[in-house]
Amino acid sequence: MSELLITLLTIGLVVAAIPGVCNYLILLERKMAAWMQDRVGPNRVGPYGLFQPLADGLKLLLKEEVIPKHVDRTLFVLAPMISVFTTILALAVVPFGPVEDAPSWLRFIIAPGIDIGLVFIFAITSLAVYGIILGGWSSNNKYSALGSMRASAQVVSYEIPLGMSVVGIALLSGTLNLENILTQQAQGGILAWNIWVQPLACLLFFTSSLAEANRLPFDLAECEQELVGGWHTEYSALKWALFFLGEYTHVITISFLTSIVFFGGWHFPGIAEPDSAYMFAWLVKLLVLLTKVFICILLIMMLRWTIPRFRFDQLMELAWKVMIPLGLVNVVMVMFVQQFQLSRLWLVAGSVSIFAAWGFLSATAKRAHLSGGKKRPATHTTGHGHGAHAAGHGAGGH
Amino acid sequence: MAKREKSVMYVEEPEIGFWEATFVPAIVEGLRTTMKHLVSRETVTEQYPEQKPDLPLHYRGVHRLNRDEKDRVKCVACMLCATACPAHCITIEAAPAPKDWPDRDKFPQTFELDELRCIYCGMCEEACPVDAIELTHIYDLTGQTRDELLYTKDKLLNVFDKTRDNPRDPVRTGRGVLGPASEFQALPTLGPATQVATSDRSAKIGTAGVIESGTGNVTDGGARS
Repeated sequence: MSELLITLLTIGLVVAAIPGVCNYLILLERKMAAWMQDRVGPNRVGPYGLFQPLADGLKLLLKEEVIPKHVDRTLFVLAPMISVFTTILALAVVPFGPVEDAPSWLRFIIAPGIDIGLVFIFAITSLAVYGIILGGWSSNNKYSALGSMRASAQVVSYEIPLGMSVVGIALLSGTLNLENILTQQAQGGILAWNIWVQPLACLLFFTSSLAEANRLPFDLAECEQELVGGWHTEYSALKWALFFLGEYTHVITISFLTSIVFFGGWHFPGIAEPDSAYMFAWLVKLLVLLTKVFICILLIMMLRWTIPRFRFDQLMELAWKVMIPLGLVNVVMVMFVQQFQLSRLWLVAGSVSIFAAWGFLSATAKRAHLSGGKKRPATHTTGHGHGAHAAGHGAGGH
Repeated sequence: MAKREKSVMYVEEPEIGFWEATFVPAIVEGLRTTMKHLVSRETVTEQYPEQKPDLPLHYRGVHRLNRDEKDRVKCVACMLCATACPAHCITIEAAPAPKDWPDRDKFPQTFELDELRCIYCGMCEEACPVDAIELTHIYDLTGQTRDELLYTKDKLLNVFDKTRDNPRDPVRTGRGVLGPASEFQALPTLGPATQVATSDRSAKIGTAGVIESGTGNVTDGGARS
């Protein structure tokens, strides 16, 4: 079959699958949220509420689309489109299955052999913030504007640790091509998975991707308690749905990237090896990859109901004071190991010790902050120094 | 200022240790909690239309007008409920009781209760001297027009017929009997609510509401024959 036809088929498959998958992910998220809060969740439409996404989709399609008078029409309509377009475009270079073993009529990547894969993804997904900024600004509404301001500051800040975290991977693998990164891990066996040599980078990558996607606990752009709806306050019906389609596509992309870059993609020892030659090996590999992705999505959903939302200054502090320095040190460590041809085991030790050093530093800094900036009258601590008092409290508190 | 300083209690921020600073224990602990709830299938949800809520016995829902043992309305049209009602939702038109109702002077010709205006505070129930008006457990009150929810005497008596044998709506006091106030042979003297000088004529009255001439017997009041 001609390349063009296969490409068109793959594009069609991806574009058709994404809305459905997103819809069911939303149902899953609602169910998970319900279970975690000891509720039942949607259970009225169909068995176990399984047709709820269809009903929701239908509702969003048929609902009246309100475009308020005071908005900038062109940008208002354009914003959700940008949001979806960019996130789906980013999926183009993500291999969503075993690219080499694909059956002849299918290819598991829309654009194969892109050597700048990772850079492309980051470039495109950070364009998604334009959707948010334009949406918030063109809404001509203070809450929307505030939300989009937050989003832009957040995305720009977290871009840096996000890029920094994969620089180490790029240095180790010698490529930015996602397929090659995957193949290298698969050929090396389970111990070659990048998570072992770059655990810190994995943590940074995962955290900053959540921030990139505006997922909780980093969803300050749409934080309901403060900003009504944030940047999508004025949106309704399908345009609103497009924004959320974009967000969920982003979550899917993140999960694919995490599984591929750090967890060996479709590789799993004993089940899916690069030389597995049994029938439908491609299907097994596809399922292995999708399982990893699914676990990742589940983790993202669990984190949503586990960690409370950051305050904005804490969010910025996390990016600039913690994640960017950590990312930098991690890159330097990888460069060091590569330059002096050291054993890769040093990377494991290095990652752990960087993390430990950071914990120690911030604990010390916090302690210094607590005891240094105090302006409290000493009346209630007669006979005791502040230090002794604080230490006593600290000991009692734990 | 000095006194104020003494009354202020300073709370020390708990010291952040190494592990707290890494966020790891907090996140792991949080994930464990969410996981625990995720796998345990206990729910607190009531599937409402199929599964009715288990209301407490003191739940205050739609009103009813109780009947006595002869199926007559218990209400004696004393207007205490209408007076007590903070929402002014009760309208009573009193009429002289029929001749064969010897136990009372008046009965309600009409009794209208605007369920939309009612705030379900239960003051009418508190005020009623003959336990005629009571609030039931019925909570799903719906109607298509406002008039539908303007409950007349018939509707309120109907509510009683519907709920009289419901264990959730016991006729709370004196079932079948008109009520304590109807058993008085003579009106008890309540005495003045505030202390007054013994020379005041309100201190000497024999029966409440009636100011007699001459001496009143205050200590005799309240006795029920």
